[in-house]
Amino acid sequence: MTGIDLITEYMIAALLVIGGVFALVGSFGLLKLRDTMQRLHAPTKASTVGVGSALIASMLYFHLIAGKTSWHELMITLFIFLTAPITANFIAKAQMHSAVARKDLPDTGVGTDWATYDPEVKSVGSGLVDPTIIR
Amino acid sequence: MILEYALTFAFLCFGLGLAMNVYRVFRAPGVPDRILALDTMVINVTALIVLYGIKTKSGLNFEAALLFAMTGFVSTVAYCKFILRGDIIE
Repeated sequence: MTGIDLITEYMIAALLVIGGVFALVGSFGLLKLRDTMQRLHAPTKASTVGVGSALIASMLYFHLIAGKTSWHELMITLFIFLTAPITANFIAKAQMHSAVARKDLPDTGVGTDWATYDPEVKSVGSGLVDPTIIR
Repeated sequence: MILEYALTFAFLCFGLGLAMNVYRVFRAPGVPDRILALDTMVINVTALIVLYGIKTKSGLNFEAALLFAMTGFVSTVAYCKFILRGDIIE
């Protein structure tokens, strides 16, 4: 085995270990942290880095050792990095509207109420969310 | 040789993370927590599929991983939307 091969192998191994540790920290934070808004931090940040690291390790492996280049991993990495903030925002909004009373919600800053309470939409408070808190 | 050990370690980490997420899906204080745990499960399973691709040295798994990540994103957004508005497409 030549020196370059050894360096490549160590690099891929390091990326795999880093990815595994980050994913483990993210999933452990989901159990460990105290309330939902704090728990939102762990998986959306740490697990995203973990899976990104594993995907880049896979890309390097197929390019440098197996000898066939594939760009699918880069696509998956980009997709996960782009969608993680969106899901985090949606989950945070769902949590805020189901756990915080309407009068305690922060100001929207644009002079109107939160769009979730738009009176034209009759479907708010479908039974999934406690109507005594919402209305 | 070291790659084998690193791959096993990564499998163990992602698998353990998946087990923690399953616990959080069953024992959670509210629905948003369960959605978050399911979303994290999707991310971990995507990584596991890719690691399995390295282990078997085949490039056939990446489409599965990409499709899985997309389905996970769409289902998370749809579930959150359903909780917020009681409807998915208004």
